[in-house]
Amino acid sequence: MSLSILAVDDSRTMRDLLRLTLEEAGFLVTTAEDGADGVDKVIENKPDVIITDINMPVMDGFGLIEAVRNGVCGTSVPILVLSTESSPELKDRARNIGATGWIVKPFNDTTLISAIRRVARV
Amino acid sequence: MASLIELRQVFFQECEEQLEDLTDGLTALEGSEDFSNLDPEIINRMFRAVHSVKGGAASFSLDAITQFAHAYESILDELRSGKLTLNQKIINTFFTSADYLTDLVSLGAENVEPIAAELESKIKDLSALSGSMKFGAGVSEEDDCIAAFTPLALSGEMQFPPVEDVNGSVFEIYFKPTLDLYANGHEPVQIFRELSTLGVLEVQCKFDRDFKWDQAEPAIEWHLVLSTNQSESEILEIFEFSEPYAKIEISSKVADITVSAPIESVSKHPASTPTMEKPNAAPDPAGEVHSAEPSAIRSAISAAPKATVRVDLDLVDELINLVGELVITQSVMTQSITEQDGIGGRQLSTTLEDFKSLTRTIQEGVMAIRAQSVKPLFQRMARIVRETAQIAGKEVRFATEGEDTEVDRTVIERLVDPLTHILRNAVDHGLEDAALRSQAGKDRIGTVTLSAAHRSGRVVIEVIDDGGGVQREKVLSSAIEKGLVPQTAQLSDSDIDRLLFLPGFSTAASVTNLSGRGVGMDVVNSEIRRLGGRVAIISHPGSGTTISISLPLTLAVLDGMVVDVADETMVVPISAIVETIRPDTSQIHQIGPAARMIAVREKMVPIIELGAVFGCAPIKNHTNDGILVIVEDDKGEHFALAVDKIRDQRQVVIKSLESNYGHVPFVAAATILGDGQIALIVDLDEITHQVSVDQSRSIQSIEAIA
Repeated sequence: MSLSILAVDDSRTMRDLLRLTLEEAGFLVTTAEDGADGVDKVIENKPDVIITDINMPVMDGFGLIEAVRNGVCGTSVPILVLSTESSPELKDRARNIGATGWIVKPFNDTTLISAIRRVARV
Repeated sequence: MASLIELRQVFFQECEEQLEDLTDGLTALEGSEDFSNLDPEIINRMFRAVHSVKGGAASFSLDAITQFAHAYESILDELRSGKLTLNQKIINTFFTSADYLTDLVSLGAENVEPIAAELESKIKDLSALSGSMKFGAGVSEEDDCIAAFTPLALSGEMQFPPVEDVNGSVFEIYFKPTLDLYANGHEPVQIFRELSTLGVLEVQCKFDRDFKWDQAEPAIEWHLVLSTNQSESEILEIFEFSEPYAKIEISSKVADITVSAPIESVSKHPASTPTMEKPNAAPDPAGEVHSAEPSAIRSAISAAPKATVRVDLDLVDELINLVGELVITQSVMTQSITEQDGIGGRQLSTTLEDFKSLTRTIQEGVMAIRAQSVKPLFQRMARIVRETAQIAGKEVRFATEGEDTEVDRTVIERLVDPLTHILRNAVDHGLEDAALRSQAGKDRIGTVTLSAAHRSGRVVIEVIDDGGGVQREKVLSSAIEKGLVPQTAQLSDSDIDRLLFLPGFSTAASVTNLSGRGVGMDVVNSEIRRLGGRVAIISHPGSGTTISISLPLTLAVLDGMVVDVADETMVVPISAIVETIRPDTSQIHQIGPAARMIAVREKMVPIIELGAVFGCAPIKNHTNDGILVIVEDDKGEHFALAVDKIRDQRQVVIKSLESNYGHVPFVAAATILGDGQIALIVDLDEITHQVSVDQSRSIQSIEAIA
């Protein structure tokens, strides 16, 4: 069984890029375009790993993490933040609400994939 | 599967949308009444727009865009966090920066590197706004960001470094996870696996024998010994995200060169941990939470954006063409059914009516696909105004109205050049200098308004400036000097204003590099005519000029009234027709030798002999056997067209004559009727304009005689 990944990003470019990279690595990929859409997809698809952007309309990445951790579904699924930001304040905030890791955008294919394998439970 | 090249295209497409969002936000900010109390959602949206551009650009190694977007984003962030208070100067820089970002994106799309010095100075412009000292390092910070490909918390490959490298320190790590560790997606084994990449790791798992099954925290704790040449901070980095959810104690003891931990005893593979780690601590979500949460989240979500599809424009054009043919076929059918008129004819005509209404619905639907709001066009024009104002050294307030007005896409595209000319003229020539304006008691800052509206089946786009108006004396003398009008010409004010549209005309005392090269307005006029539109100019000395462009909604079909004039068949656009009357001789008044008027609802309306206009019939002096079609021109004036017979009212497909014959006076286009006959579509604006000129002349001459 390949790992199923949910990639949440409001930028279509990013979503497509993530899909391209992750599918090539043999993962099953679902995408969502904002936090709220992400929550829906988590309930629907129960991904093994979630990768999410922070700055998004409707519901941002923090909102998504909180929603997932607070028991919508698959509460303990590893969540990686993928963001151009890397300030300690933001990372702290993400960590405190339950992010599992942080990857800085733009990502490099190998590091992204190994980061996913690192947190995946399968 | 999309290729990277396709992704790049998606990125640039997306950039356009983001940049539009950004400009929207800027316009909204500029319109805010209180700069110290801004709508945070506006700034958030702008921030996200720039942020997305930056993220995407970085992924495609478009460094210039990334750098600039980063600088822009940092300032927006300061604004967002309240470190920076907005003022007009900042807004101006934001606007020029948005323009520059647009340029960078278009350069990027063509794989062209921007001029480094310009990029640098534009970044400086932005960073100069910064309230914090820290921002000075904006660019280099960004460089770090690009270089830092390795994820901060989760770096490295899944391999062990050579053991002989280990000659640094030995760390003893105590690690006792809480349930939250598992709940937040962490897995001790995975963390240890990563630790093992730093050196040689020995793992011991201890189980609390007094463990009670009802106790809240797991009874497992880990003792790790890591021999590594890395520093403690590297270790801490691995625990960066799990640290709040476990008790972690790290103590170091400097190792002897001969590694104290016997290598044989080192458990290289931490996965071989005791199975009791298994009381799978990842908690099952409590059942009762399940149902409550999603609805709470849902309610917090605002309306999602409308779903759209991207369609190749060629496909839509093809569709529009086909609908045009459908309309023609329909009129052929109508014709033959009417002629048949026999048994079943009635049934057929009922069906035909349904068919007609369906055709019309399809047609409107297809047109709506190609219709687009003028907003992007207006945003582009805002930029033209800003740039022109800057070069001309004038302060200009740019206002727009009716941005949501929808116009056929092809029309919008072809409006770019004419509007650019008009706006440049408005700023450069129309508006006076600040000093002159103050003298005249006006606001120092000039206003240029661009508006769009639907008016009786047409789109009217207006450029209004509150400048000095057309300087008619100067225009007239310049036109005479250039030999464009005879020295003795008696021209009305509006005639003089229209001279601006003559080819080879320039009024500016000094020719600037913006406008006034004498190409401009006549090009505007001919381009708008080519679109089936008309340009009008209304000027009030001292208080400003309005240039108004009236355009058809679509270039493909027209609702027309088919009339007979002196054995010719012609089509009058329905959109201009007010009413048709069969006049009584008593209503008609002869004015002067050639002009006649008719009183319609207590208003005098000039009569135009359509046949005479086209030179196919002499001017008749009795109109009582004919029919008058009352039409309205784009200035709201009424005229009565004398025709012999009204044949039909129908949709006609416009077939342009201009590509084959050039501009034919008084003819807008041609069409093919149901019976295959060709009919000319009359150009009402041109006819009525001609008539008003003739008329004012004849009135003038009457006044002269009197």
